[in-house]
Amino acid sequence: MSEFLQFAFSGITVGAVYAMVALGFTIIYNASDVVNFAQGEFVMLGGMSTVFLAAFGLPLPLAALLAILIAALTGVALNKLVIEPARDASVVTLIIITIGASIFLRGIAQVIFDKQFHRLPSFSGDDPIAVLGASLTPQSLWVLGGAAVIVVLLYVFFNRTLFGKSILATSHNRLAAQLVGVNVRFVLMISFALSAAIGAVAGILVTPITLTSYDVGTMLALKGFAAAMLGGMGNPIGAVVGGLLVGLAEALGAGYLSSEYKDAVAFVIILAVLFFLPRGLFGKTGTERV
Amino acid sequence: MLARLKGPRRGGLLVLALVIALLPLVLPNRFYFDVAILIGINAIAVVGLNLLIGYAGQISLGHAGFYGIGAYAVAVLPAELGIPSWLAFLIGVAFVALLAFVVGRPILRLKGHYLAVATLGMGILIFMVVTNESQWTGGPDGMPVARLTLFGFRVSGVQTWYWITGAALLLGVWFALNLIDSPSGRALRALHDSEVAAQVAGIDVASYKLFAFVVSAIYACVAGSISAFYTGFVTPDGAGFLHSIEMVSMVVLGGMASTFGGIVGAALLTALPQFLTVFQEYEHALLGLVIMLCMIFLRRGILPSLAAVLLRGAGQGGRA
Amino acid sequence: MSHLQVENLSIAFGGVHAIEDLSFDIQAATIHSIIGPNGAGKTTLFNLITGLYRPSAGRIRFEEEDVTGKPPHLLAARGMSRTFQNLQIFFRMTALENVMVGRHLQEPKNPVAHVLRLPSLRRSETACRERARELLDFVGLSAYAADSAGSMPYGALKRLEIARALAAEPKMLLLDEPAAGCNPAETREIDDLIQKIAERGVTVVLVEHDMHLVMNISNHILVLDYGRKLAEGTAAEVRANPEVIAAYLGAQGQEEFDRARG
Repeated sequence: MSEFLQFAFSGITVGAVYAMVALGFTIIYNASDVVNFAQGEFVMLGGMSTVFLAAFGLPLPLAALLAILIAALTGVALNKLVIEPARDASVVTLIIITIGASIFLRGIAQVIFDKQFHRLPSFSGDDPIAVLGASLTPQSLWVLGGAAVIVVLLYVFFNRTLFGKSILATSHNRLAAQLVGVNVRFVLMISFALSAAIGAVAGILVTPITLTSYDVGTMLALKGFAAAMLGGMGNPIGAVVGGLLVGLAEALGAGYLSSEYKDAVAFVIILAVLFFLPRGLFGKTGTERV
Repeated sequence: MLARLKGPRRGGLLVLALVIALLPLVLPNRFYFDVAILIGINAIAVVGLNLLIGYAGQISLGHAGFYGIGAYAVAVLPAELGIPSWLAFLIGVAFVALLAFVVGRPILRLKGHYLAVATLGMGILIFMVVTNESQWTGGPDGMPVARLTLFGFRVSGVQTWYWITGAALLLGVWFALNLIDSPSGRALRALHDSEVAAQVAGIDVASYKLFAFVVSAIYACVAGSISAFYTGFVTPDGAGFLHSIEMVSMVVLGGMASTFGGIVGAALLTALPQFLTVFQEYEHALLGLVIMLCMIFLRRGILPSLAAVLLRGAGQGGRA
Repeated sequence: MSHLQVENLSIAFGGVHAIEDLSFDIQAATIHSIIGPNGAGKTTLFNLITGLYRPSAGRIRFEEEDVTGKPPHLLAARGMSRTFQNLQIFFRMTALENVMVGRHLQEPKNPVAHVLRLPSLRRSETACRERARELLDFVGLSAYAADSAGSMPYGALKRLEIARALAAEPKMLLLDEPAAGCNPAETREIDDLIQKIAERGVTVVLVEHDMHLVMNISNHILVLDYGRKLAEGTAAEVRANPEVIAAYLGAQGQEEFDRARG
C-alpha cells in the first residue's frame, strides 16, 4: 500500500506538470485552433531562465518572476511573428510551423544558456513528509499547490471576468465575438502570454525535482499534447484530468511494470483511449452533419 | 522543354533520371556523394509519405517508426538469426506492411489532431522498443549492419550505393506517379477533398486510407533498409520523433501532393543541416528558422510556389 | 415495382427527432420529389437513405432487400447515387477527374495493376476517360473538362455533381436541391437534365425548393413537416391538399403556388 502511495505521489506530481502543459495547449487551441508544439519550450524557458537569473545573483522569487515574464513575452512574439502571418494555413502546415518554432527556441536556448543539466534548490527544503508510510517531498506540494492555484485562477478568470469571458466567446465563435466588439487580436495575444506563463510556472516549480536543460521541452510537449487529447482537445477540465491520468499511469507503469517503458505507458493509454473514444474522454460526440 | 514532350508524368521522370545520371559528373568528392545518397534515401520515404499526407490528406507523425523497422530488420535479423541480408530486407518490408495494416485500421478512424497524436504515439512506441531491447538492438548506441551480399557479390562503396539509391528512387517515383493517376489514386485524392462524396461514389474510404498508410509505410521501410546498408550502422535516432517531423517537413516544404516537390523538400532539408554545421552552435536555431520562414512564406511548398510563378502568364496550371 | 421502401424510419439528434416514424414507397423509373419547409428533414432523409446516417428505428429496403445501416459505399455498389445540397466537389481535381471518380465502381481494383500501370489498366483508363467526357458533354460541361474544379462557377459545379453521380451508372439518383442558387435559365437546364435522366430509366429522387420545377416534372410528391409525412401524392393531389397549403405554404406560399400553376 505504501509502495502504491509512493508511486501515486510521484505520479500526480509529474501529472500536475503535464496538466499545466496541457492547459497551455488548451488555452491556445481554444483561442486560435492552433496546436502549439512549442508549448514544452515555455516550460524549458521558465526553468532555464530562473536558473541563470538566479546564478547572476538575483533572489529566487525575482528570478522566477522575470522568467515567467520572459516566457510570456516569447509567447507573445511567437503569436505575433509566426502564428499570425500563417493564420489561414492548413493544420499540417501549422503543426510544422510550431515544431519549427520549438526547434528554433531550443537552438537559441542552447546558445544563450548551455547544454548542461541544471537544478534549482527546493523551495522549502528537502525533508520528506511522511504520509501513510510513503514520503512526499515539500517540492511536490509546491508543484501540486501551484497547479491548483493556476486552475482556480483560470476558472475565476474565464468565468468571472469580462475579459476571460470574451476569450471564451472568441473560442466559440470568432466572427460573432468580433461583431460584438471583442478585440480578437488582443485575445490571441493574451492567450499566448497566459499559456506561456503557465508553462513557465510549471517549469520553475518542477526544476528542483526533475532538473532542466535546453531540450526538456520535446517530451513535455508530447506528453502534454497527449494529455490534452486524452481529456478531449479544447476542454480545460479534460486537460487537467488527462494530465494527472498520464502522470499517474506513467508512475505506476514504471513502478510495477518496467521503468524502461515509462514513457511508453502514456502513449499506450492514449492509443487505447482513442481507439474506443475517438474524441477523447470528455470530447463531444455526435453525428457529423453533411 | 523535355517536360512538354510526354506530359508531366513521363517528363518529370525523365528529368529526374537525367539529374541522377549526370549528378556524379559534378559531385566533387565523397562528402557530396554522401549527401546525395542521404537525399535519395529521404526522398524515397518522402515520396511515399506524400501519398498519405499530400494526396490522401491523412497526417502521420510516426513514419520514422517504419523507417526504423526497415533499418533494424537488416541489422538484427542477419546478426542474430543468420538470415541473409536480402531476405532480412524482404522480411522487414513484409513485417512493416503487416504492422501498418493492423495498426492503421483503428488509427485511421481518427481525424486531424487526434490522428496526429495517435501516429505520434505509434512512432514513439516503436522508437522505445528499438531503444530498450538492447540485447537485440544495441540500445541507444545502435549496432553495426552486415554488408549486403547479392549473388556472392558484396555490395559496397559509395558509388555503388549512389546508383542503387538512385534506381530505387526512380522506381519509387514511377510507382507513385502511376498510383496517383490510377483509380486508387483518384480515390485517395477524392477522399481528401470530401469523404462523403467519395463514399457515395462507392469508395470504401477506410480501406483506401489504410492502403495509402501501408504503401507509405513500405516506402519508409525501404528507405530505412537502404540507409542501414549504406551507412553500415543503425541507431534509434532514425526511428525517432524528430525524424518523423523531418519527413513531414520535407513533404510540406516541397509541396503537398507534389511528388517531385517532395524530392526537392527532401534535398533541401537533408542538405541544409549538412551545410549549417559551419554555423556550429547556431545550427538548430537556423534550421528552425528556415522551417518557419518556408512554411509561412511558401505555404504551398517550394515547387508548387515556383511553378505558379513560372506559369503565371502562360495561362495554364499543372501538377508537378 | 417498388424501388425503395421506407418503413417507420426515425432518427434523432440530441433528443430532437429529425425524422419520425416515416414510411413511404418510391416506384422505379419515376421522378419522386420530397418537399417541405427548411428543417423539415429532407436532407436528413437523404443521408439516411444513402447510408451516411444510421436510423435509430425503422427499415429501408432497396430493390426488396433490407439495406438498413449499410455503409454508403456498399449502397453505391447496389446502384444508389446522389448529389449534395452544399457542394461536395473534389476541388483539387479537374472536372474530368471528378467524373472519373464517379466511375470508381466500374474500374478494376487490383492495386498492383495500378502501381505498375499494366496495359489492362491503360485500356480501362482510356475507356473511363472517354465515358467521363461523354457525361460532361451530357450535362453541358465539355468546355471545363481540363479545368480544376476549384476554378469553376457555382452553377457548373451543380451540374458537375450530377455528371459524377451519373458516372456510377446508378439505378436510383438522389438529387439534393440541384437548382439551389441557380438563375432561371440554369434552373431550366437542370429541369431538362433531370427529365433526360429519368427517360433513361433511372429513378430520380428530388429534394427541391423551386416549386415550379417540382410541380412540372414530378410523378409523385412527398411533403415533410418536422420530420413527419404531411401529405403524399401526385402534384395535383398535393396542390389540393388543404393541410399542405396551411402548414407548409401559408398565405404567401399560396400566391407562389398559383403562379406555379399558371
